[in-house]
Amino acid sequence: MTVIFLILAVLTVAGTAAAMGMRNAVHCVLALTLGFAGVAALYLQLDAQFVGFTQIMVYVGAVAILAVFAIMMTHSPTSVQLPAYSTHWLAGGFVAAAVFAVLAWAIRASAASAQPLPPQPDIDVQQIGDALMHRYVLPLEIMGLLLTAALIGAVVIAMDRKEEIK
Amino acid sequence: MSSLQSYLLLSALLFSIGLAGALTRRNAILVLIGIELMLNAANLNFIAFWRYGPTPSKLTGIMFVIFSISVAAAEAAVGLGIILAAYRHSKTTDLDQMNSLKG
Repeated sequence: MTVIFLILAVLTVAGTAAAMGMRNAVHCVLALTLGFAGVAALYLQLDAQFVGFTQIMVYVGAVAILAVFAIMMTHSPTSVQLPAYSTHWLAGGFVAAAVFAVLAWAIRASAASAQPLPPQPDIDVQQIGDALMHRYVLPLEIMGLLLTAALIGAVVIAMDRKEEIK
Repeated sequence: MSSLQSYLLLSALLFSIGLAGALTRRNAILVLIGIELMLNAANLNFIAFWRYGPTPSKLTGIMFVIFSISVAAAEAAVGLGIILAAYRHSKTTDLDQMNSLKG
Protein backbone atom coordinates (compact mmCIF):
# COMPACT_ATOMS: atom_id res chain seq x y z
CA MET A 1 0.00 0.00 0.00
CA THR A 2 1.78 3.12 -1.19
CA VAL A 3 1.34 6.78 -0.31
CA ILE A 4 -0.05 7.50 -3.80
CA PHE A 5 -2.73 4.84 -3.34
CA LEU A 6 -3.69 6.31 0.04
CA ILE A 7 -3.98 9.83 -1.38
CA LEU A 8 -6.06 8.63 -4.34
CA ALA A 9 -8.26 6.47 -2.10
CA VAL A 10 -8.97 9.37 0.28
CA LEU A 11 -9.69 11.67 -2.70
CA THR A 12 -12.07 9.15 -4.31
CA VAL A 13 -13.93 8.31 -1.13
CA ALA A 14 -14.21 11.99 -0.15
CA GLY A 15 -15.54 12.91 -3.60
CA THR A 16 -18.12 10.13 -3.75
CA ALA A 17 -19.21 10.57 -0.13
CA ALA A 18 -19.71 14.29 -0.75
CA ALA A 19 -21.60 13.45 -3.96
CA MET A 20 -24.02 11.28 -2.00
CA GLY A 21 -24.21 13.53 1.06
CA MET A 22 -24.55 17.15 -0.05
CA ARG A 23 -27.89 18.94 -0.22
CA ASN A 24 -27.54 20.84 -3.48
CA ALA A 25 -27.77 18.47 -6.47
CA VAL A 26 -25.36 20.52 -8.62
CA HIS A 27 -22.74 20.44 -5.85
CA CYS A 28 -23.29 16.68 -5.67
CA VAL A 29 -22.43 16.27 -9.37
CA LEU A 30 -19.36 18.49 -9.02
CA ALA A 31 -18.13 16.33 -6.13
CA LEU A 32 -18.95 13.26 -8.22
CA THR A 33 -16.56 14.37 -10.99
CA LEU A 34 -13.82 14.43 -8.33
CA GLY A 35 -14.72 10.86 -7.34
CA PHE A 36 -14.76 9.66 -10.97
CA ALA A 37 -11.39 11.35 -11.63
CA GLY A 38 -10.01 9.60 -8.54
CA VAL A 39 -11.18 6.23 -9.89
CA ALA A 40 -9.54 7.08 -13.25
CA ALA A 41 -6.27 7.84 -11.43
CA LEU A 42 -6.56 4.49 -9.64
CA TYR A 43 -6.88 2.79 -13.05
CA LEU A 44 -3.68 4.55 -14.13
CA GLN A 45 -2.05 3.40 -10.91
CA LEU A 46 -3.04 -0.19 -11.85
CA ASP A 47 -1.32 0.15 -15.29
CA ALA A 48 -4.63 0.27 -17.19
CA GLN A 49 -3.99 3.54 -19.04
CA PHE A 50 -6.59 3.03 -21.76
CA VAL A 51 -9.35 2.32 -19.23
CA GLY A 52 -8.26 5.32 -17.16
CA PHE A 53 -8.62 7.71 -20.09
CA THR A 54 -11.90 6.06 -21.14
CA GLN A 55 -13.15 6.64 -17.59
CA ILE A 56 -12.22 10.34 -17.81
CA MET A 57 -13.88 10.76 -21.22
CA VAL A 58 -17.07 8.81 -20.48
CA TYR A 59 -17.72 9.59 -16.81
CA VAL A 60 -16.09 12.96 -16.13
CA GLY A 61 -16.81 14.18 -19.65
CA ALA A 62 -20.20 12.75 -20.57
CA VAL A 63 -22.13 11.26 -17.64
CA ALA A 64 -21.46 14.19 -15.27
CA ILE A 65 -22.45 16.74 -17.95
CA LEU A 66 -25.58 14.68 -18.70
CA ALA A 67 -26.50 14.66 -14.98
CA VAL A 68 -25.98 18.45 -14.73
CA PHE A 69 -28.25 18.94 -17.76
CA ALA A 70 -30.91 16.66 -16.26
CA ILE A 71 -30.77 18.58 -12.94
CA MET A 72 -31.05 21.86 -14.84
CA MET A 73 -34.07 20.68 -16.83
CA THR A 74 -35.90 19.22 -13.82
CA HIS A 75 -35.22 22.15 -11.51
CA SER A 76 -38.37 23.55 -9.98
CA PRO A 77 -38.62 26.22 -7.26
CA THR A 78 -40.36 23.86 -4.84
CA SER A 79 -37.61 21.21 -4.96
CA VAL A 80 -35.25 23.45 -2.96
CA GLN A 81 -37.26 23.30 0.25
CA LEU A 82 -37.75 19.54 0.23
CA PRO A 83 -35.48 17.44 2.48
CA ALA A 84 -32.57 15.80 0.66
CA TYR A 85 -33.00 12.38 2.26
CA SER A 86 -35.84 9.89 2.12
CA THR A 87 -37.96 9.25 5.20
CA HIS A 88 -36.38 5.77 5.43
CA TRP A 89 -32.80 7.06 5.36
CA LEU A 90 -31.87 5.27 8.58
CA ALA A 91 -32.84 1.84 7.19
CA GLY A 92 -31.03 2.61 3.89
CA GLY A 93 -27.86 3.64 5.68
CA PHE A 94 -28.02 0.55 7.86
CA VAL A 95 -28.36 -1.73 4.81
CA ALA A 96 -25.39 -0.03 3.11
CA ALA A 97 -23.26 -0.34 6.27
CA ALA A 98 -24.22 -4.01 6.62
CA VAL A 99 -23.28 -4.67 2.97
CA PHE A 100 -19.91 -3.01 3.52
CA ALA A 101 -19.32 -5.03 6.69
CA VAL A 102 -20.04 -8.33 4.92
CA LEU A 103 -17.88 -7.40 1.88
CA ALA A 104 -14.99 -6.26 4.08
CA TRP A 105 -15.19 -9.45 6.13
CA ALA A 106 -15.18 -11.59 2.97
CA ILE A 107 -12.20 -9.69 1.52
CA ARG A 108 -10.18 -9.94 4.74
CA ALA A 109 -10.98 -13.65 5.16
CA SER A 110 -10.35 -14.69 1.56
CA ALA A 111 -6.99 -16.23 0.65
CA ALA A 112 -7.46 -15.22 -3.00
CA SER A 113 -7.11 -11.54 -2.17
CA ALA A 114 -3.63 -11.99 -0.66
CA GLN A 115 -1.86 -12.15 -4.04
CA PRO A 116 1.59 -10.66 -4.58
CA LEU A 117 1.90 -8.06 -7.35
CA PRO A 118 2.92 -9.73 -10.65
CA PRO A 119 5.46 -7.94 -12.89
CA GLN A 120 4.14 -4.96 -14.81
CA PRO A 121 2.48 -6.05 -18.09
CA ASP A 122 3.41 -4.07 -21.21
CA ILE A 123 -0.02 -3.33 -22.64
CA ASP A 124 -0.33 -0.73 -25.36
CA VAL A 125 -3.36 0.59 -27.20
CA GLN A 126 -2.44 -1.35 -30.33
CA GLN A 127 -2.88 -4.65 -28.49
CA ILE A 128 -6.28 -3.52 -27.20
CA GLY A 129 -7.31 -2.48 -30.71
CA ASP A 130 -6.13 -5.82 -32.12
CA ALA A 131 -8.12 -7.72 -29.49
CA LEU A 132 -11.23 -5.61 -30.16
CA MET A 133 -10.95 -6.21 -33.93
CA HIS A 134 -10.26 -9.96 -33.74
CA ARG A 135 -11.24 -11.83 -30.62
CA TYR A 136 -13.87 -9.40 -29.33
CA VAL A 137 -15.30 -8.19 -32.65
CA LEU A 138 -18.79 -9.64 -32.06
CA PRO A 139 -19.21 -8.02 -28.60
CA LEU A 140 -17.95 -4.77 -30.15
CA GLU A 141 -20.62 -4.89 -32.87
CA ILE A 142 -23.33 -5.74 -30.34
CA MET A 143 -22.15 -2.81 -28.21
CA GLY A 144 -22.49 -0.50 -31.21
CA LEU A 145 -26.03 -1.76 -31.76
CA LEU A 146 -26.85 -1.32 -28.04
CA LEU A 147 -25.50 2.26 -28.02
CA THR A 148 -27.53 3.11 -31.14
CA ALA A 149 -30.66 1.64 -29.58
CA ALA A 150 -30.00 3.51 -26.32
CA LEU A 151 -29.47 6.78 -28.21
CA ILE A 152 -32.73 6.45 -30.14
CA GLY A 153 -34.57 5.14 -27.08
CA ALA A 154 -33.42 8.02 -24.87
CA VAL A 155 -34.53 10.57 -27.46
CA VAL A 156 -37.93 8.87 -27.93
CA ILE A 157 -38.54 8.56 -24.17
CA ALA A 158 -37.52 12.14 -23.37
CA MET A 159 -39.44 13.62 -26.35
CA ASP A 160 -42.35 15.90 -25.56
CA ARG A 161 -45.48 14.11 -26.76
CA LYS A 162 -47.63 17.26 -26.76
CA GLU A 163 -45.65 18.61 -29.69
CA GLU A 164 -46.87 15.73 -31.86
CA ILE A 165 -50.54 16.46 -31.22
CA LYS A 166 -50.31 20.11 -32.24
CA MET B 1 -2.73 -6.24 4.29
CA SER B 2 -1.76 -6.86 0.70
CA SER B 3 -2.25 -4.31 -2.03
CA LEU B 4 -5.00 -6.25 -3.81
CA GLN B 5 -6.90 -6.36 -0.53
CA SER B 6 -6.68 -2.58 -0.16
CA TYR B 7 -8.05 -2.08 -3.69
CA LEU B 8 -10.90 -4.51 -2.99
CA LEU B 9 -11.71 -2.78 0.30
CA LEU B 10 -11.74 0.61 -1.42
CA SER B 11 -14.04 -0.78 -4.09
CA ALA B 12 -16.36 -2.25 -1.42
CA LEU B 13 -16.44 1.17 0.27
CA LEU B 14 -17.31 2.87 -3.05
CA PHE B 15 -20.07 0.31 -3.62
CA SER B 16 -21.50 0.92 -0.13
CA ILE B 17 -21.42 4.71 -0.61
CA GLY B 18 -23.27 4.32 -3.91
CA LEU B 19 -25.77 1.93 -2.31
CA ALA B 20 -26.35 4.32 0.60
CA GLY B 21 -26.96 7.15 -1.86
CA ALA B 22 -29.31 5.07 -4.00
CA LEU B 23 -31.31 4.00 -0.93
CA THR B 24 -31.48 7.30 0.96
CA ARG B 25 -31.60 10.18 -1.55
CA ARG B 26 -34.94 11.64 -2.64
CA ASN B 27 -33.79 13.15 -5.94
CA ALA B 28 -34.15 10.56 -8.75
CA ILE B 29 -31.06 11.88 -10.57
CA LEU B 30 -28.89 11.36 -7.48
CA VAL B 31 -30.25 7.83 -7.09
CA LEU B 32 -29.13 7.15 -10.68
CA ILE B 33 -25.70 8.60 -9.83
CA GLY B 34 -25.52 6.23 -6.86
CA ILE B 35 -26.11 3.31 -9.23
CA GLU B 36 -23.32 4.64 -11.48
CA LEU B 37 -21.02 4.67 -8.44
CA MET B 38 -21.84 1.02 -7.75
CA LEU B 39 -20.96 0.17 -11.38
CA ASN B 40 -17.68 2.06 -10.98
CA ALA B 41 -16.84 0.01 -7.90
CA ALA B 42 -17.39 -3.20 -9.90
CA ASN B 43 -15.15 -1.87 -12.69
CA LEU B 44 -12.40 -1.09 -10.18
CA ASN B 45 -12.65 -4.68 -8.95
CA PHE B 46 -12.28 -5.98 -12.52
CA ILE B 47 -9.14 -3.91 -13.10
CA ALA B 48 -7.63 -4.85 -9.71
CA PHE B 49 -8.20 -8.58 -10.31
CA TRP B 50 -6.84 -8.25 -13.85
CA ARG B 51 -3.65 -6.55 -12.61
CA TYR B 52 -3.08 -9.03 -9.79
CA GLY B 53 -4.20 -12.07 -11.81
CA PRO B 54 -1.85 -14.70 -13.26
CA THR B 55 -2.07 -13.59 -16.92
CA PRO B 56 -2.50 -9.81 -17.28
CA SER B 57 -1.34 -10.01 -20.93
CA LYS B 58 -4.64 -11.63 -21.94
CA LEU B 59 -6.53 -8.29 -21.56
CA THR B 60 -9.74 -9.91 -20.31
CA GLY B 61 -10.21 -7.49 -17.40
CA ILE B 62 -9.63 -4.45 -19.61
CA MET B 63 -12.11 -5.72 -22.24
CA PHE B 64 -14.73 -6.41 -19.59
CA VAL B 65 -14.36 -2.90 -18.17
CA ILE B 66 -14.52 -1.24 -21.61
CA PHE B 67 -17.80 -3.02 -22.39
CA SER B 68 -19.10 -2.37 -18.88
CA ILE B 69 -18.40 1.36 -19.22
CA SER B 70 -20.28 1.38 -22.56
CA VAL B 71 -23.31 -0.34 -21.03
CA ALA B 72 -23.20 2.08 -18.08
CA ALA B 73 -23.15 5.05 -20.45
CA ALA B 74 -26.18 3.70 -22.34
CA GLU B 75 -27.93 3.06 -19.02
CA ALA B 76 -27.23 6.62 -17.82
CA ALA B 77 -28.62 8.12 -21.04
CA VAL B 78 -31.82 6.05 -20.98
CA GLY B 79 -32.23 6.50 -17.20
CA LEU B 80 -31.98 10.28 -17.40
CA GLY B 81 -34.42 10.22 -20.35
CA ILE B 82 -36.90 8.27 -18.20
CA ILE B 83 -36.42 10.75 -15.34
CA LEU B 84 -37.13 13.65 -17.73
CA ALA B 85 -40.29 11.92 -18.99
CA ALA B 86 -41.43 11.23 -15.41
CA TYR B 87 -40.69 14.83 -14.45
CA ARG B 88 -42.78 16.10 -17.34
CA HIS B 89 -45.63 13.86 -16.17
CA SER B 90 -45.57 14.45 -12.40
CA LYS B 91 -43.68 17.80 -12.20
CA THR B 92 -41.25 16.46 -9.60
CA THR B 93 -38.10 14.34 -9.33
CA ASP B 94 -38.80 13.58 -5.65
CA LEU B 95 -39.06 9.80 -5.30
CA ASP B 96 -41.16 10.01 -2.12
CA GLN B 97 -43.81 11.88 -4.10
CA MET B 98 -43.68 9.62 -7.17
CA ASN B 99 -45.77 6.87 -5.59
CA SER B 100 -48.19 5.94 -8.36
CA LEU B 101 -47.53 4.31 -11.72
CA LYS B 102 -50.67 5.58 -13.41
CA GLY B 103 -50.41 9.20 -12.22
